[in-house]
Amino acid sequence: MVRYLIKRLLMMIPLLWGITMIAFAVIHLTPGEPIGMQAEFNPKVTKEVRERLRAYYNLDKPLYIQYVLWLQKVARLDLGTSFSPDGRPVAAKIFERIPITLLINVLSLLLIVAAAIPLGVHAATRQGSWGEQVSTVFVFIGYATPTFWLALLLMILFGVQLSILPISGMRSLVGYEALSPAGKVFDIGRHLFLPVLVSAFGGLAGLSRYMRSSMLEVIRQDYITTARAKGLSERAVIYRHALRNALLPFITLMGLSVPSLIGGSVIFETIFSIPGVGQLFFYSVMARDYPLIMGMLLIVAVLTLLGNLAADVAYALADPRIRVER
Amino acid sequence: MKTWSLGALFWYKFKRNHLAMGGGIVVCTLCISALFAPIIAPYDPGFINVDAVLSPPSWAHPLGTDQLGRDVLSRVIWGGRISLLVGFVAVGITICIGMTLGALAGYYGRAVDSVLMRFVDIMLCFPTFFLILAVIALLEPSIWNIMIVIGLTSWMGVARLVRAEFLSLKQREFVVAARAAGARDLRIIFRHILPNALAPVFVSAILGIGAAILTESALSFLGIGVQPPTPSWGNILTAGKDNIEIAYWLSLYPGLAILLTVLGYNLLGEGLRDALDPRIEP
Repeated sequence: MVRYLIKRLLMMIPLLWGITMIAFAVIHLTPGEPIGMQAEFNPKVTKEVRERLRAYYNLDKPLYIQYVLWLQKVARLDLGTSFSPDGRPVAAKIFERIPITLLINVLSLLLIVAAAIPLGVHAATRQGSWGEQVSTVFVFIGYATPTFWLALLLMILFGVQLSILPISGMRSLVGYEALSPAGKVFDIGRHLFLPVLVSAFGGLAGLSRYMRSSMLEVIRQDYITTARAKGLSERAVIYRHALRNALLPFITLMGLSVPSLIGGSVIFETIFSIPGVGQLFFYSVMARDYPLIMGMLLIVAVLTLLGNLAADVAYALADPRIRVER
Repeated sequence: MKTWSLGALFWYKFKRNHLAMGGGIVVCTLCISALFAPIIAPYDPGFINVDAVLSPPSWAHPLGTDQLGRDVLSRVIWGGRISLLVGFVAVGITICIGMTLGALAGYYGRAVDSVLMRFVDIMLCFPTFFLILAVIALLEPSIWNIMIVIGLTSWMGVARLVRAEFLSLKQREFVVAARAAGARDLRIIFRHILPNALAPVFVSAILGIGAAILTESALSFLGIGVQPPTPSWGNILTAGKDNIEIAYWLSLYPGLAILLTVLGYNLLGEGLRDALDPRIEP
């Protein structure tokens, strides 16, 4: 197992290398440059100053040298400094925002699991029933609903019409500091309720459908017939014998859903004005902050690959039939 | 026992799938309304009416008006054109790239296969939405750039699909026969194998149109997609967000249009998959 892990982790390096190379080329080859944006409306910035700025940020060097310079820094775990006026290290800017995004994504993943498993099991075990048809329709609608639209509707319903939930930010702007610790948690909870709901909705449709087909596959197996034949209650058959096996492919899918969850963060963090990684990415892209964009793409790619790896490892741990060969 | 022609079997299975028929009807209706938008739309989508700014739905404006007094119904109908255009062109690009690379990888195997499939792996590890966002924001946001970028970042599924089809088809007798008859590689790939691999590609193209429309609307909503004054469902929703406290109709209806469209394509695609699948008995 350890050898397999090391092998997989080493295999990530060429993949990451390919990813960063493509991303670097794409980002730097697009027309326009960051200095232009900063300096365009400032009459004090002469041509000379502009050249000096470009030299300072290494933007005057050929692209492959810029890439090598970037790569050298990354190898020393240094993501460089942001182009934005504050000039802070990229890593610091990203890591201070990761907890928020992680919190929302973990909460929504828990919500997805809590809802998708019963939904999928129900749809699979009561085929042709009224409940199954409702869940099928729900799944199709879930697939087709733009999450940002759902966010808008929920904001209108809960924030504007009923005005019981706040519609933007992480916490109350006024009076947050004066709250008791429990009050602070409650305040953040109220603010995060809609974002978590919205982010869970998108994944729910896919995973519950997957759960259903996985369950359908399992209940046709011989050992389920055996379990029934020996007189177990339907409940025990479904939840003890079938569900465990149906969950196996589900684990893989959860690992694979990491990139789409992070991608979704951009949208709902922008809508709900939550200071997370997604919002930072949006701003950094709009400001052409090359080091910041590259740093975030790298981190997201690493998370994606780790998600894939975690899925494979969890699968191997959960299923004794699949033991990785040495 | 009755014998079925392939087309009749397909139609018989498809017809009985009410959800798929419904999806097909939605898609047809949308195509027609997009084609005839200038005739159907009650107003010019760019017509500014300062006397009717943000007026709620009424007989004159069934879906209300926006912050410039433009008729929302007309803008939604014209926005359908944009969505459809983006969907078709983006998927066209996806299919061209995916089919070519998948065919090459599946047919030639060995080195070609491993290089192309590693490339697919790398592309799949990209957080696609992040990449699309970065590229679109750095380029000038325009409808053409959106179509190209969506196309360039979503071909991997098709490539894998076509490769898998080629791997099994290239062993079959008719391919061996074609080769024995002296046909060249390109002829075998495009004339003999590819037509047999088209059914699953067709299904994933239909499903891809829905996905492309969703991506386009998200980008337009964030302000880096189709730029106003050109109406698109996504950028009408941006106006909806700006006026969220006063004008629910600006948020509700364009989103409903997206939902219906994507739902239509997905139901149609799933129905086609079942109808084209020979393992599913009628």
